[in-house]
Amino acid sequence: MKRLGTYLVLLAGALMFAYPFLWMLAASLKPEAAINGLGLWSKEFTGVNYEKVFVKIPILRAFLNSLIVSGCTTASVVVFGSMVGYALSRLEFPGRRALYLVILFTMMIPFQIVLIPQYILMVKLGWTDTYLSLIAPTMISAFGIVLFRQFFAAIPQALIDAARIDGCSELRILFRIVWPLSRPVLITVALLTFMTNWNEVLWPMMVVRDRSLMTMPQMVALFSTGGEAESQLGYLLAAATLLAAPVVIAYAFFQRYFIESMASTGLKG
Amino acid sequence: MTTRATPVKLFQGTRPGGYLFSLPYLVFFLAFVAYPLIFSFLLMFHRWNLVSPMEWVGLKNFIRLSRDPLFFKSLVNTLFFLMIHIPLQITVALGFALLLNENIAGRGFFRGIYFLPVVVSGVAVTILWQQLFSYDFGLLNGFLAAVGIGPVPWLIDVHFAMPSIALMATWKNVGIYIVLFLAGLQSIPHELYEAASIDGARPVRQFFSITLPLLNPTVMVIVVLSTIGGFSLFIEPYILTGGGPMESTLSGMLYIYNQAFYFGHMGYAATLGFVYALVIFGVVLLQRRVIERDVTQ
Repeated sequence: MKRLGTYLVLLAGALMFAYPFLWMLAASLKPEAAINGLGLWSKEFTGVNYEKVFVKIPILRAFLNSLIVSGCTTASVVVFGSMVGYALSRLEFPGRRALYLVILFTMMIPFQIVLIPQYILMVKLGWTDTYLSLIAPTMISAFGIVLFRQFFAAIPQALIDAARIDGCSELRILFRIVWPLSRPVLITVALLTFMTNWNEVLWPMMVVRDRSLMTMPQMVALFSTGGEAESQLGYLLAAATLLAAPVVIAYAFFQRYFIESMASTGLKG
Repeated sequence: MTTRATPVKLFQGTRPGGYLFSLPYLVFFLAFVAYPLIFSFLLMFHRWNLVSPMEWVGLKNFIRLSRDPLFFKSLVNTLFFLMIHIPLQITVALGFALLLNENIAGRGFFRGIYFLPVVVSGVAVTILWQQLFSYDFGLLNGFLAAVGIGPVPWLIDVHFAMPSIALMATWKNVGIYIVLFLAGLQSIPHELYEAASIDGARPVRQFFSITLPLLNPTVMVIVVLSTIGGFSLFIEPYILTGGGPMESTLSGMLYIYNQAFYFGHMGYAATLGFVYALVIFGVVLLQRRVIERDVTQ
């Protein structure tokens, strides 16, 4: 009896978190007049809302921009982050400890302090309205470095020694020996970085005005607050669905990695 | 048999490669952390709209801030948000985590569903909730009407707007805290409960004497992360309310954004950012003093 109650509450919870998304998907496929009430079903389903979104805003271009920006950022965070993480855990050099402390310190700085000066830096470099302004300030993640350092420190020294005896360069050791042993941390950092950047909206709103360079969240946010959606609920929900879809699909495949990486880090996306 | 070098020589001493490997970080640090930090200190004492030359104004930005009703309004709004968001988040997350911690079939399924809003873009979630919150046709008021309540003026009433945003933020983020609490619950040794049962402690007593105290580190993490999240609130009010009605949802970040990009007050926006960062430090320190307990003994 008690177990039945538990399952009922858990199911109610599942509905509470999933139903709004299902409703959004269903509503985005209905003609405007049919979007009412709590139900999902409609006598008529249509793709017209999606058609309108594609006509009114360059959403495909925004999708590509998001892909380019998030892809470059993720590649950079993983490659450079693992290099620094390797140096901090496996290479002795004077100042190593200090460098690590600096990295930890930077993680404590609230972004509110550096936001405006970073924007001004972009203006002075002439990088606003370019991909550079979207990619460069997130090319390295202190957090990623700390995760890499921690993971690499646990790799057996014998493996690295053996490679050094064979005359391997440190770069080769990192990419040929350490990387294949570090799949979990590589996936964790890559997934978190990609998701955070895919969903980021404040920074793009600061540095990009040119519609052809906007990422998806910025484009959809603008669509919802500007007049372009003509107060048509269906258009808005279709745009929101398109924005949510890539991450939801990725989540469907890599659910465990998403949850474990975010839980292990306590980081919010 | 020949060896190219003796191992001792290979494995000891410093490796200059370390500097080379750290170089990307150093460049990044100088450009995007150190320079902005230093520049922000300069900026706070200037008036600047990015177009005309910077003008030294001394402490004027700080004086202005101390008399700026919108700054205090945004501060009060944020604290109001946190007062609702944090307790709600902890209660809901802990409740679901306790249920999931029982011997449940399909735990992974439920956990996966609860976590879904965490990964979805805040913009998509906010647009969705704009419809849920709609006064006349919204899903929430429709649901409440079905059970004979309402309609609730979610976003259009001064007193409801910020709690509504807190509700939405809780819905979006609670999944991660369910997972954190679940991990915390699973780290509590079973023997403690067995011993308590033998001593005749009822489940409620066990919860308050064992579970809650031992979850203190998790609670602390959640409080701090939620606080930082609350002070970063931006796109939610930007899309839902634009800060209204009557500035009741003006968040700190939204105010900084408006000052910088609506009015072009770069110096004042930097001052606001700095003061907000100090407030975040202060609030988190206070929270640690009040909430944090040593659970290692």
